[in-house]
Amino acid sequence: MLSIFLEHDSPFLGVDFQLPIGTLSAIVGPSGSGKTSVLRAVAGLLTTERSRVSFDEDIWSNTGARCFRPAYQRPLGFVSQTFGLFPHLTAAENVGAALTHLRRRERSREAQNCLDIVGIGGLADRRPNELSGGQSQRVAMARALARKPRLLLLDEPFSALDHSTRKRLRVELKRLQDALAMTVLFVTHDLDEAAELSETLVLLRRGKVIQQGPTRELLRRPSTVEAARLMNFVNLAKAKWAGSDASGITLHWGDVLLTAAKGPKSQPDDTIHWTIRTSDVFLVKDNHPNESSLGTILPAKVVEVIEMGSSALVSVIVNNSGGEVLRLQLRPGALHRHHLSKGSSVKIALHAQAIVLLDPSDASLSANRAKSKL
Amino acid sequence: MDWNAFHLSLQLAAWTLVLLLPIGIVTGRWLAKTQTRARPWLQAFFALPLVLPPTVVGYYLLVFTGTRSPIGEFIMSWFGVSLVFSFPGLVVASILVNLPFAILPVQRAFEAVSNELHDAAACCGMTPWQTFTRIEMPLAWPGVLSAAVLTLGHTLGEFGVVLMVGGNIPGETRTLSIAIFDRVQAFDPLAAGRMAGFLLLISLVTVALGYGVLERRGQQRQKSA
Repeated sequence: MLSIFLEHDSPFLGVDFQLPIGTLSAIVGPSGSGKTSVLRAVAGLLTTERSRVSFDEDIWSNTGARCFRPAYQRPLGFVSQTFGLFPHLTAAENVGAALTHLRRRERSREAQNCLDIVGIGGLADRRPNELSGGQSQRVAMARALARKPRLLLLDEPFSALDHSTRKRLRVELKRLQDALAMTVLFVTHDLDEAAELSETLVLLRRGKVIQQGPTRELLRRPSTVEAARLMNFVNLAKAKWAGSDASGITLHWGDVLLTAAKGPKSQPDDTIHWTIRTSDVFLVKDNHPNESSLGTILPAKVVEVIEMGSSALVSVIVNNSGGEVLRLQLRPGALHRHHLSKGSSVKIALHAQAIVLLDPSDASLSANRAKSKL
Repeated sequence: MDWNAFHLSLQLAAWTLVLLLPIGIVTGRWLAKTQTRARPWLQAFFALPLVLPPTVVGYYLLVFTGTRSPIGEFIMSWFGVSLVFSFPGLVVASILVNLPFAILPVQRAFEAVSNELHDAAACCGMTPWQTFTRIEMPLAWPGVLSAAVLTLGHTLGEFGVVLMVGGNIPGETRTLSIAIFDRVQAFDPLAAGRMAGFLLLISLVTVALGYGVLERRGQQRQKSA
């Protein structure tokens, strides 16, 4: 396990989490959430007031035991946002800079090997100012891999690249990680990028972990309102707890009865926040039976239709639900097939498994904050 | 032409350069990276010789290193030399007067080496010393070269402090610039002019060579870009 505990005042950090070894993990959060600080602290480039960082059995820092291994003694590779290539050295020399423990001849051979691995063996004699963004990124990656690190840290590694290069390099990172079975921890503000690459995801906001877990699970089931917002769950609604039984939890959403497969325990009439992904709200035909494998079928009215290239976002208000808007994602073809436009009457299906009940703790916190501001 | 004075000027410039350059590199590097709140005061202290008249610097040197001062007495008792009206005194004075020329260009050069490169070097497994020798120094060397050229040129032409601290003792403290002053005082414009022209030529060649090396380096980088 890569175990990370950090506490610091400025920048504020209060994180304590563990990540599996040999996999690709991502820390995701908005700007200023402390992602880079966490990465720098793991690398030993930032000294925090309290810390305990260990990789497997290897302790890298423990303020309690007054133990701190500086960055140059930690077996890791680091690729920063702007790559940090040494401008006075060629690509091969840049890679060789991480191999100072080898003899000169061995060093240049190994540097060439590393450049070959990342697919730019022919650019060994070029200086950083003669390389494109993608090529610089590969040199930085080759340099980070040169020491055969146990942990590879990547700080927004694709943010300075154009869209197509970014896509290509994501695939290559995945391929490289698979081939070397290395532990990779990268930070990004791009949730899609994290979803595409990582097996484990850590959501960070204001220096604190909001949620952490296997990426697929986490992307389907945010645990709090804040996590749902961070993961762009646009369908956030409130309902009243009605009861629970073997089939699940029943909610009163206005006058509509909803069923969620699972969720935290609560008391009758307690307010429950819930969410559902736009892709999990299904449009059904008018003659569809009210009870079906698709879930609860509800009549609704379309209030907005936005077409965006390969998809369309349709906003609906479910009849008697209290007026909260639900959004669903459709293909433009489906839009025209159903003749949808503003004001159309439709039927939608909400499956109990797709309804995610959220812990409202942070929502009440923000409400209290708002009150105290008033 | 007073060759003795010329020889002494060269000696003074060489000693100043050899002793001051390491001080300039260490201090400039430290000033570039330190977070201390005293930084503006320290910078001001090192830049003082730029704004103070040489006579003021010379006066304080006489006061603090004179044979009757505690420092002067200490140096006399430990090393058996006086810093007033002697060549070692000239070297000390020259070092102090040239501090800004040796420190400021080096400081600026080290400031230009980004923290990101430090981080990258550390994550490459380089110790702080390896980072200094392999990354920082190669990147900061144009600043170090500028400091060396400025120190050399300025020492060759230094007059005020040299006269205050060293006086005008032939073979001991009479540098080329003092010799020129001496010849002017003695109504010998021909000798003064010859020496002035020579000093002008030497200074010009020194500074031009320094800039030439820097420019060639810059062109090489542009070509490779």
